Amino acid sequence: MALISCRDAAFAYDGKTVVEGLNFRVAQGDYLCIVGENGSGKSTLMKGLLGLMRPKSGEISTGDGLKSTQIGYLPQQSSQQKDFPASVYEVVISGTLNRRGIRPFYSWREHEVAEENMEKLGIIPLRKKSFRELSGGQQQRVLLARALCATEKLLLLDEPVSGLDPIVTAELYQTIDTLRRETGVAIIMISHDIRSGVEYAPHILHLQNRQIFFGTTDEYKNSEAGRYFLQGGEFR
Amino acid sequence: MSDFSLDIASVAETIEIFSMDFMIRAVVVGLFVSVCAALLGVSLVLKRYAMIGTGLSHIGFAAMIIAGVIDFAPVAFSMVVVVAAAFLLLRLNENSKIKGDSAVALISTGGLATGVIVMGITTGITLQICDILFGNIGILTITQNDMYFSVGLSVLVIVVFVLFYKQLFAVTFDETFAKATGTNVELYKSLLAVLTAVTVVLGMRMMGALLITSLTLFPALSAMRICKRFLSVVIASAIIGVVCFGIGIFFSVSLTLPPGASIVGVNLILFTILSGATWVKKSN
Repeated sequence: MALISCRDAAFAYDGKTVVEGLNFRVAQGDYLCIVGENGSGKSTLMKGLLGLMRPKSGEISTGDGLKSTQIGYLPQQSSQQKDFPASVYEVVISGTLNRRGIRPFYSWREHEVAEENMEKLGIIPLRKKSFRELSGGQQQRVLLARALCATEKLLLLDEPVSGLDPIVTAELYQTIDTLRRETGVAIIMISHDIRSGVEYAPHILHLQNRQIFFGTTDEYKNSEAGRYFLQGGEFR
Repeated sequence: MSDFSLDIASVAETIEIFSMDFMIRAVVVGLFVSVCAALLGVSLVLKRYAMIGTGLSHIGFAAMIIAGVIDFAPVAFSMVVVVAAAFLLLRLNENSKIKGDSAVALISTGGLATGVIVMGITTGITLQICDILFGNIGILTITQNDMYFSVGLSVLVIVVFVLFYKQLFAVTFDETFAKATGTNVELYKSLLAVLTAVTVVLGMRMMGALLITSLTLFPALSAMRICKRFLSVVIASAIIGVVCFGIGIFFSVSLTLPPGASIVGVNLILFTILSGATWVKKSN
């Protein structure tokens, strides 16, 4: 049983198809990296996976007890957040909102979940710090902890390392890998950094306005699409 | 020069005015509305919705005048019109060909012009327009029932804000994440707009249509200079709103200035001091 699966899904904006022929599935503990050029449909697919956009045709379904609102999401940062006054703890616990529903305030259970996830990401010492004063890498850890508060099963990471320097990037990839191995959470990562994708993720989905590859990383390296893309060329 | 000193009431006179019934009622309503405005202001500023308050108050101005002309409950009438406008502004902000800021400018000036035209055709432009724009306590006396109505609605705004505090935080901080994890973002944005609309109408008569927005913006912006956590910003904003209202209303009475202008003046001074202080602290 897969956590999330796409069957012949296609997405369109204003009637114009952006990406089509999507057929893949992600099961518990999987790590899938979605790669492709800018404008290849990665972000559109992500909206579809998050349930923010309906497919034009085909279907996306969740299974294995996963609700579409229980996907932990690490968005690309908006400029608005750069000067937002909020403590690390306030940001992390806001991820538990989907457990709490419309009941007011947070209960001890939500506080506990926030604590656990801060610990997993090693940000307990930052708890009272202001989010806007953290470094880029620290902010990503905080947002990862928030994403974990929203899910136990599936994390969706949108360009998690963009804007980070190489050392911090490597650390963050390491953290994500450790999280997956220790908690069994499945990971779908969108990245234009194909080399790291190939290094860390066992599965690759390559988009170019349609699905041109889905399979294991080893298969990808030997595929026509993978060889072109890994050498910096464009597959046609 | 001599004119200026004539207008200053003595301390005894000022205290006497503050002990009058109409003044007590005005202060009570003002304090409650200040808290509402300051609380909502934090989300409005951070969500880049500051201009919505401006647009709403200008529509409120037109609604107030039209209600006066047709002689129909001004507050209730404005409330309905302004809440409707709040929904309209949110929609415009999101999916229109006319982008947010121009849309608000159009609606604001449109509202202002409509109000003035209606007034010009019917009663003629009078000094009263100055009261509507910049606020007045004395002329538009607040009755006992007005006070209960305003305080009741203010309490409702505060209670709703507290109950949905965590949703409002989530939607303000990161709308996409909130939406993806199942929070009804549209609902809470509408809620924010409706609460703002109610607060604008309640505060409009005292603060004036032109100045009511600043009651939402200044306390929040000042609080953001000194606080780093969301909760502390919210609390500081409410305290700043109340304190500035108190000082402003005192000077308004003792210097016979329009209350709206005095309160905004006090807020402006505080904001300047806090900004200066943070600037000095940063450059050291």
